[in-house]
Amino acid sequence: MTPYQLMDAALMFGVPSFAVAAQPGTDPLAYAGPAWSPYIVGALIGLLSMATFYFSAKALGASSAYAALAGMLGRVVAPKHTDSLKYYQDHPPIVDWGLMLVAGTVVGAFLAAWQGNELTNEWLPSMWAARFGDDSLPLRLTAALMGGICMAFGARLAGGCTSGHGISGTLQLSVGSWIAVICFFIGGIVTAMLMYRV
Amino acid sequence: MKKMSLPNQLLLGLLFGVIFGFLLQKGGVAKYHVLLGSLLLEDFTVMKVMLTAIIVGSVGIFSLHAFNLVKLDIKPTRYAANIIGGLVFGVGFGLLGYCPGTGAAALGQGNWDVVGGIVGLLLGSYLFAEFSKVFSKTINKWGDRGQLTLPELIPMERTKFLLIWLPLLTVSLFAIHWIAVR
Repeated sequence: MTPYQLMDAALMFGVPSFAVAAQPGTDPLAYAGPAWSPYIVGALIGLLSMATFYFSAKALGASSAYAALAGMLGRVVAPKHTDSLKYYQDHPPIVDWGLMLVAGTVVGAFLAAWQGNELTNEWLPSMWAARFGDDSLPLRLTAALMGGICMAFGARLAGGCTSGHGISGTLQLSVGSWIAVICFFIGGIVTAMLMYRV
Repeated sequence: MKKMSLPNQLLLGLLFGVIFGFLLQKGGVAKYHVLLGSLLLEDFTVMKVMLTAIIVGSVGIFSLHAFNLVKLDIKPTRYAANIIGGLVFGVGFGLLGYCPGTGAAALGQGNWDVVGGIVGLLLGSYLFAEFSKVFSKTINKWGDRGQLTLPELIPMERTKFLLIWLPLLTVSLFAIHWIAVR
């Protein structure tokens, strides 16, 4: 095949020529996209953030809920030690607005997936299986565990996550939030490219 | 801001969460391949959702603020912590494929691999708490600028800044719309 034919083929499949998928099945565009327009969803999340500011005096954010839950579990296992930690002295681990928000997020996503016939009930994402094999569940869970540890540690250090910094912070023009969200994507892009495109 | 008792606020948090999760799932950002696709720069759904939310939210919050209806809640700018924490978060984002909010949505949708990530998020949060005292005396102090905003950085009056900034974000959104396949 000539390079031009390759480019034609890439365009035919709707893939930009600089991003030809390395293996069949690892092209994210080969799988179903969003059920609703991302612009409608984004606009509604923008309105939702207005509502949380107005009715609850809170900004949308998810990562601190995991810290609160970890602190509650820490209090069960090692109460004295947990209470001695600076973070938990500054942020006592309790069932608060933020934890309820994340609990609600699980329920809301279930309702949306159920209503739209998009419940997956799967252990291995298809795109992961196409890259790492159908028997790669132990690897997947290890990567998810390590990823979760890095993510929570990074979120607490940076002061928020993709919601807290990425939406709530950026929309209020916080310099730190814009820096953080750019770094989220730099770290994520490098890692994802190494995992899927090398 | 409406004053409400704590139990009511917890219920309200739950309700806002249900809406948030419903929207995240409908926006496709609870799907592993959509999130990974965004990090591979092949699927721009995440960027479209985030930019639209930022533009609409910005107009909304600053309008409410102009009428004294809300208080802003600006996270501190700490250059070292934002950059180092941000990059570490990013590595975790790539490995896990979900973030804290979309991970909760992925769980609701039935992507059970996120359970490994949730255990990790709990461990990572506690691990950070172990270091929180050390960090508060070191990394958090490096380049600590407090509640710094973009117009203050330039410096420029906020309304004037928004009149340039928001059209700029909107043009970026249109550019992504026209260039990106999805």
